[in-house]
Amino acid sequence: MVTGVDPLHALHSLQRALERSYDSDWLRGSTTGMGTFPPINIFQQADRFVALVELPGVSKDDIEIQAKDSSIRVSGKKTISFQAGASVHRRERISGVFDRTITMPVEVDADRVKADYKDGLLTLLIPRTESDKPRTVKIS
Amino acid sequence: MTSEELQVQQKRELQQKQEGTVPARAFIPSADIYETEQALMVLLEMPGVEKSNVDINVEDDVLDVEGRIDFSKYQGLSPIYTEYPVGHYRRSFSLSNRIEQHKISAEMTDGVLIITLPKAEEAKPRRIAIGG
Repeated sequence: MVTGVDPLHALHSLQRALERSYDSDWLRGSTTGMGTFPPINIFQQADRFVALVELPGVSKDDIEIQAKDSSIRVSGKKTISFQAGASVHRRERISGVFDRTITMPVEVDADRVKADYKDGLLTLLIPRTESDKPRTVKIS
Repeated sequence: MTSEELQVQQKRELQQKQEGTVPARAFIPSADIYETEQALMVLLEMPGVEKSNVDINVEDDVLDVEGRIDFSKYQGLSPIYTEYPVGHYRRSFSLSNRIEQHKISAEMTDGVLIITLPKAEEAKPRRIAIGG
């Protein structure tokens, strides 16, 4: 048993935890919209959900987020420009438009969804509705 | 070009010659490389990496880049639905141009690292007069 917090082991634990939910049918195939970009990971944290969306190279002004009922739509465009007269050696990054909608299988409070964008990573904080939060049931 | 619909690019795992002592996986950032008259430009996509967590090294004509994510923010989060793996980024390139090492500069915008590698004077073509 390793004691103390070893950051590299902590990262490996995170990677394994992520792997376990790869085949998760939590969204039951209910991501709609075109394409598979951007990729989305969804986490649970106490009474809310946290969605992390990777959008490297997309500027904040080119991202549009809409929340309605249990659906959150992330759309926008990614542009890449090369300096005129440059000779291109390698081109792996891709540009284009994206539009994805995730529909949460639980009731969420669409009015209180918060978004933050930093270092190419979009964080969506999605609170559950009061009525949908799990309650502790006392045995009478 | 912006009307094209974007498809996800699966992250490629870094394959190392030596096995690490810890099993955490690292990934290869997608890259664009282009050359201008003055410099070689390298752009690397490393979402989630802050600029203070990037190391850039040029040694023996090899460019080494490492970007570390801050995974402490994942503490207390339990994954329930996953579409992409998370890990540090690492990639190396052999440089065919001579580079002015002390003039290398870099910036980070929206998770994209942009490295400017200015070409060395001797790498630019020179006219040589025949003496004598």
